[in-house]
Amino acid sequence: MTLRDEERVGGLLRVLRPAPEGWVRAAQELPAARRSLDEIVARAEADLEFRKALVADLEATLELEGYEPRPRVLDELRRRLPQD
Amino acid sequence: MSQLSALSDGQLVQRCRAGDDEAWHELVERFSRYVYAVATRGFRLSEEDAEDVFQDVFTRVYTHLGTLRDDSALRPWIAQLTRRVCLDSIARRGREQPASEPVSEEIAAGLDEIDEAFTVREALTTLSEPCQDILDRFFARDQSYRTISDELEIPSGTIASRIARCLSKLRVELEGREPPPAGSRG
Repeated sequence: MTLRDEERVGGLLRVLRPAPEGWVRAAQELPAARRSLDEIVARAEADLEFRKALVADLEATLELEGYEPRPRVLDELRRRLPQD
Repeated sequence: MSQLSALSDGQLVQRCRAGDDEAWHELVERFSRYVYAVATRGFRLSEEDAEDVFQDVFTRVYTHLGTLRDDSALRPWIAQLTRRVCLDSIARRGREQPASEPVSEEIAAGLDEIDEAFTVREALTTLSEPCQDILDRFFARDQSYRTISDELEIPSGTIASRIARCLSKLRVELEGREPPPAGSRG
């Protein structure tokens, strides 16, 4: 390899820039988020009052119970929650 | 460098399957730049679409990790998955071609370059941590000599020579490697 090749290597290093930190963090937290989702769904299946509260106001109920109501979590819950 | 960053893709997959959250963190860290580059640079998606693609890809990887037949084939699997999710995103927006059609030559060339860049990045991980850091700051994060000097507390007059030395080491590391493979970490 020559000096020109080193320039090319430098150019290729520029190609892979860091993804936004928030995106990376959200993806890294997937396992924990999945566990929370499973826990919420299981509780909603077992607890009628909790299920009613979730259906009435999903976001507020989650916040009240200490869960972070992220948009993806809300979408997933709306799909998975048992419908009466 | 964390202990996990030294693991092969195959070892990392096994740890993730066993429910090791730290291994999952490392997997995301290892492939985040690649997925981001394919979405934004390769397919030129908007930031909004790229974020959806990014999260969708990692969600699918997490959900379907158990179906991967060859643990060492993580890289080509993620590459293929990312391309498919990008094409689906484009199709949903009603732009260009349907998801089943091949990508244009221009996009294909961009994707080839990203694959090559991933190989360079893998080689980078074999260098010393200070070398990895300074090359990443200068090339991938566009930091100036002054910023690098301030943050690393090294004289600014030595930065150019340090970068040149590290780049030369990286070139030597790459010289001994085969052409860019699909799934080279194994």
